[in-house]
Amino acid sequence: MDQKTVVELRNIRKEFPGVVALDQVNLRLKTASVHALVGENGAGKSTLMKILSGTYTSYEGAVLVNGQEIHMKSERDAFEHGISIVSQELNFVPEMTIAENLYLGREPLQKGGFLNKKERSKKTAEWMQMIGLHFDPEMKMGDLSVASRQMIEILKAISRGSKVIIMDEPTSALTNKETEIFFQKVRELRDQGIAFVFISHRLEEVFSLCDEYTVLRDGKWVGSGSLRDVSEEKLISLMVGRDIQEIYPPVKPHGDRVVLQVEGLTGEGFEDISFSIREGEILGFAGMMGAGRSEIARAVFGLDRPTSGTIKMYGKPCRFRSTQDAISAGVVMATEDRASYGFVGVRSIRENIMLPNGDLFTRWGVWQRPKIHEAVTGICGSLAVKAPNAETLVGNLSGGNQQKVVLGKWLVRDVKVLILDEPTRGIDVGAKQEIYKLITELAEKGLAILLISSDMPEVLSMSHRVAVMAQGKKIGVLESGEATQDKIMKMIVEADR
Amino acid sequence: MKKRKADEIYRKYGIVLILIILFIASAMINGNFLKPQNLINILKQISVVTIIACGETMLIVSGMIDLSAGLLCTTSMCFAAGVLSTTGNVPLAVFTGIFIGVVCGWINGFMITHFKLQPFIATLAMTNVLQGVVQLYTNGQSIGGVDKVRFLGQGAVLGIPVPVIIMVIVVVIIAVLMKNTKFGTCIYAIGGSEKTAIASGINVNRKKRMIFTLSGALTGLAGVVLMSRLMAGMPSVGSGYEFDAITAVIVGGTSFLGGIGTVTGALIGSVIVGLINNILNLLHVSTQYQLIVKGLLIAGAVIIDIKTKENKKSR
Repeated sequence: MDQKTVVELRNIRKEFPGVVALDQVNLRLKTASVHALVGENGAGKSTLMKILSGTYTSYEGAVLVNGQEIHMKSERDAFEHGISIVSQELNFVPEMTIAENLYLGREPLQKGGFLNKKERSKKTAEWMQMIGLHFDPEMKMGDLSVASRQMIEILKAISRGSKVIIMDEPTSALTNKETEIFFQKVRELRDQGIAFVFISHRLEEVFSLCDEYTVLRDGKWVGSGSLRDVSEEKLISLMVGRDIQEIYPPVKPHGDRVVLQVEGLTGEGFEDISFSIREGEILGFAGMMGAGRSEIARAVFGLDRPTSGTIKMYGKPCRFRSTQDAISAGVVMATEDRASYGFVGVRSIRENIMLPNGDLFTRWGVWQRPKIHEAVTGICGSLAVKAPNAETLVGNLSGGNQQKVVLGKWLVRDVKVLILDEPTRGIDVGAKQEIYKLITELAEKGLAILLISSDMPEVLSMSHRVAVMAQGKKIGVLESGEATQDKIMKMIVEADR
Repeated sequence: MKKRKADEIYRKYGIVLILIILFIASAMINGNFLKPQNLINILKQISVVTIIACGETMLIVSGMIDLSAGLLCTTSMCFAAGVLSTTGNVPLAVFTGIFIGVVCGWINGFMITHFKLQPFIATLAMTNVLQGVVQLYTNGQSIGGVDKVRFLGQGAVLGIPVPVIIMVIVVVIIAVLMKNTKFGTCIYAIGGSEKTAIASGINVNRKKRMIFTLSGALTGLAGVVLMSRLMAGMPSVGSGYEFDAITAVIVGGTSFLGGIGTVTGALIGSVIVGLINNILNLLHVSTQYQLIVKGLLIAGAVIIDIKTKENKKSR
């Protein structure tokens, strides 16, 4: 088939405050093809697609649609140029019917401005026919399976004249069988001339569905081509093969005494998880997003309730019914989502540090000002929090300093176990380095540290041991000496099969 | 950057500035305004609503609201009056008023934390229940025979009316509570980021019940003060006080998004509203216009609140 280029992205650069998310990225989409966009978490795939779909409107570089340079001003703008995105969070009204959803905002009318429901149903049926779906157009959207909803979303895009459809992890909620059917439909649409972008970390799916690939790494373009000419190993090495930069401090040997021991922990999103961490040890949790790592950590910290399993501190069984129990046992956590769980943005650094430490700094419920002043200035100094003073609102700080405040509020306590979930996400390199240094110092002091990270070099360089997680299960533990990115990626890819 | 600084200054001192400007303007417009008796009257008039506003501040700062405060005030007033007229026991009457506030506040809190009702809905339901209770108890008639509380409502110490003294004491206590205690810090944290509060080991549900209970107690106290001022339990008075209190809280710089606000702000907000009503009264402007001014005041305060938030976000 004659394939012309429908969309071209040239030298795209995108900066967020303090972070370069994309730099010199190129992408060329052809009609009637499925283009795989692959890379590790944080490589910039979603950011790139948000530029193409008009969500991010400020960037450098050029977006060409059918050879003409266009600067999208909104998602609607992109839509009118024939580009739609079917995101991980689907946009539909579950209480409304398929026909209502498909024609939302452009309902066919009849004389007098009344809705022409008959026409709408008929057209909906015709569109569904086109891709071989045979649902009643008056069926509620919420009653469809996830895969079917996804197809309706794609249909919505096509029925509005979209020629380019971006699919961000469309299969993450599908069963294998549903995925197969879904892929069949995508192939049919591709053969009718639609260009797809497929974002997925499941390489098996990439190879089964896609025609071409582009690999991003750390916001940079590292390779493109036809998938026929590339092996899975090659693709993996393109995705992960970066030098471990000199930003990681050396990790000191750890002690022998087991601090935290988790056995058979099961809960929502994870199953039968066992691990232990010794004094001064850093245990890494590697895996993809949604592998259940954060869920495990949340259960250990008492934020969620596990359904079964035991947690022991120094060999003594504990039950953490709430975060209060965990905190008083010396287990604390810096969550992945700092803005929701980590700090109160509208309050000051001082108040944020005071918040979990009422037991230390109050008498009869009244804050002891001198004690607080001492602790707050002490911790802000030792963590080098950059702020005008302790009264600065945490919401006004940079990501790195916000993370330091989150750590600071815990480190004024006598902590035994520190759980860090994506501790350096959204933080610039300089602050990252400081946080790595802090982590090793804390380990040296004897803290047991659980480090969850999707950043492979980070988890590899910072941990004594790395537990690899996939689909809610622990699929292996590697000693830091034997752990490599390729090994971990292979384990994950294999577990996905 | 400069704009943001201006916002922060407004947050801290803006309402005080507005108060001073209003004060000077009022003094210039009408000669009677500055008479001590008039100024004391303003404070006396706002005392009941300000006491309710103290509870409402804690609720709004922690991301909740109480729509039943007005009717709760009425209920406390009527029951306290009933107890007083039958027993003649002043402490028992005061206790009854506050106790009713405590019970209803706790129930509000329980509905919100245990059944996960929205505060708006739970307290709306409570309003209706209390409306019925008051009508049943009083038969729609005022309860008199409460002369024994004359001092509480009409008395004065060193020329300052007792209700004003009670109001000031309440404001000071709640201000200290919110600023200097663990409980106060929790109030701000829950409103600023409930998830962070949970992840910091705070029993958020328990704290929410405590806030509602305390707010109920203050509203009950306001009911007792109201009874003492009116020298009766009046089933028709009190409804709508919740909105006057919320107005004072909002004008006083408390953010409806939670996490920001003070009771001193609420006091100043209340004084501003009282002052505007007073000067309009002195100018013989009808109550209809007073309502319009009050409405514009709320809208203006909230617009400023949103604008300051926006600037922070777009930074």
